[in-house]
Amino acid sequence: MGQSIAEKIIAKAAGKKTVQTGEIVTCAVDLAMIHDSGGPRRVKPAMEKLGVGVWDPAKIVLVSDHFAPCTDAESAAILKLTREWAAEQGILNFYDQQGICHVVTPERGHLAPGMFAVGGDSHSPTGGAFGCYMFGIGATDMLGVLVTGETWIKVPETIRINWSGQLGTGLAAKDMALKMCATLGMDGGGYQAIQYAGETIRNLDMLERMTLCNMAAELGAQAGIIEPDEVTAAYVEAAGGTPGDWRDFQSDQDATYAVTHEFDATNLEPQVAAPHSPANAADVSAIEKAEIDQFYIGACTGAKLGDLKMAASILEGKKVAKGKRLTIAPASSQILTQATKQGIIEILLDAGASLLPPGCGACAGYGVGVLAEDEVCLASTARNFQGRMGASSSKVYLASPYTVAASAVTGHIVDPREVL
Amino acid sequence: MAGRVWKFGDDVNTDVLAPGIYIKLPLEDLASHCLEAVEPNFASDVQDGDIVVGGVNFGMGSSREQAAQVLKALGVAAVIAPSFGGIFYRNAFNLGLPAIVSNEIDQIAAEQELKIVLKTGVIENITTGKQLAGEAVPENLMDLVEAGGLVPYLEQKLNKKG
Ligand code: SF4
Repeated sequence: MGQSIAEKIIAKAAGKKTVQTGEIVTCAVDLAMIHDSGGPRRVKPAMEKLGVGVWDPAKIVLVSDHFAPCTDAESAAILKLTREWAAEQGILNFYDQQGICHVVTPERGHLAPGMFAVGGDSHSPTGGAFGCYMFGIGATDMLGVLVTGETWIKVPETIRINWSGQLGTGLAAKDMALKMCATLGMDGGGYQAIQYAGETIRNLDMLERMTLCNMAAELGAQAGIIEPDEVTAAYVEAAGGTPGDWRDFQSDQDATYAVTHEFDATNLEPQVAAPHSPANAADVSAIEKAEIDQFYIGACTGAKLGDLKMAASILEGKKVAKGKRLTIAPASSQILTQATKQGIIEILLDAGASLLPPGCGACAGYGVGVLAEDEVCLASTARNFQGRMGASSSKVYLASPYTVAASAVTGHIVDPREVL
Repeated sequence: MAGRVWKFGDDVNTDVLAPGIYIKLPLEDLASHCLEAVEPNFASDVQDGDIVVGGVNFGMGSSREQAAQVLKALGVAAVIAPSFGGIFYRNAFNLGLPAIVSNEIDQIAAEQELKIVLKTGVIENITTGKQLAGEAVPENLMDLVEAGGLVPYLEQKLNKKG
């Protein structure tokens, strides 16, 4: 029987020819990505207790993003500890305040097709865009990986999601992701592996593929993965990585899928998720007009170069509505550099946006730009759980960068195609 | 193990279990905000040995293991739900907090007393006298439960090798 790409990667990591779904196997980890929140500050005490160091510093990528740059003495202490730990353990791949881990790691060439990777963050499935089997784990789980180089996994079933048709103008991968959340629900992925396939996916660039894989987390999947192709190989190479035998990591024709879902991009409308769940997504035309205080373009899923370009395409020559604020936190320094060179940042600032430093910012309520009690935000982030971006009575709507930017111009939620 | 039930609905997520704005605080302080968005009395009234029963996808969302850690810090002995957020499930066992999958939570109400046998997944509702089915905890995770979590487990393993 054929194997899916997820099964092939897991089998390789487990040192086996094939694996069976449901089987529990131990896998060698090719790469462990950690950040300042779930990383050093959480694993250091236990590592000291165990009296051991990391298994292989070269296979670890450390990124400070959640508390970076710090906002108070506590977050400053967390970052200080992060830096000290990096030096102590000889972590060479340490990106301090350079952007969000899910974006920085591939951008610096650390991901390549066929890797079995873990990340100390729930949006680690983002790595699936590069043909990796990558999933999020908690700090103690990560501690296990850091000291042994291994972890266990229950071989997931693969859920295939096919997309056909062409995305319309003013639509983005975020709309596709929210549509899937609305249709399949937040446990639609059942902690299995989602494989995105079909012509729509093939036509997406890497940044958009990252958005889809990132939000496999919102579908409750362990991983989201896209079979690598020339587009993947070109990105990895340009980032300084080695695409390797990417042709080997494709699902067999006769691979078994737990279920196959079909979606059509042709008539997809921009999607907006009402508070407090991405699964509350609906066509923008069906969303109640809510009063919005803050418009936010940020996060690993919503502030990559492509996302900023989308926002700029809307905001060029326009202004943010009076009394409203548009806050933008580019996902990485590299993106900020590129966006500056390409004149994108100027367009955003001219429109009246305020710029935050690269990092997680307000996305999870850890950094700058958080919401006060009862404030309402429309964000290009991935998740809108109650109280996530600040005070527990604050509310978050989710949408694509197009929709957030267009709505910032009108002051309330609109279909971006009316503003384009 | 046996304990008194706290019951919650579907999709209890990590941001309500361990809210982001308090994440920098010491664990006890973070724990005092556990679930406050849905049940303001929980953190102050929960007692040692209590059992949390949730609906589908309990612990969905972030990888922050404080979501499981605060429950443990508040004295919660186990969590039962029809399904769990996958990362939460792993985190819970890593921290020595057993998570039991059961589709019969409709037979459990708040304040009732339960007894759980982890190895078989059998849940006895002491209050109603009914026996409910749950999934047996997989062997590799039973090892963690018996050791008291992944850190003590690794301690044993590394010492043996050492
Ligand atoms: S940007 Fe938001 S979703 Fe992404 S890693 Fe940071 S906190 Fe998590």
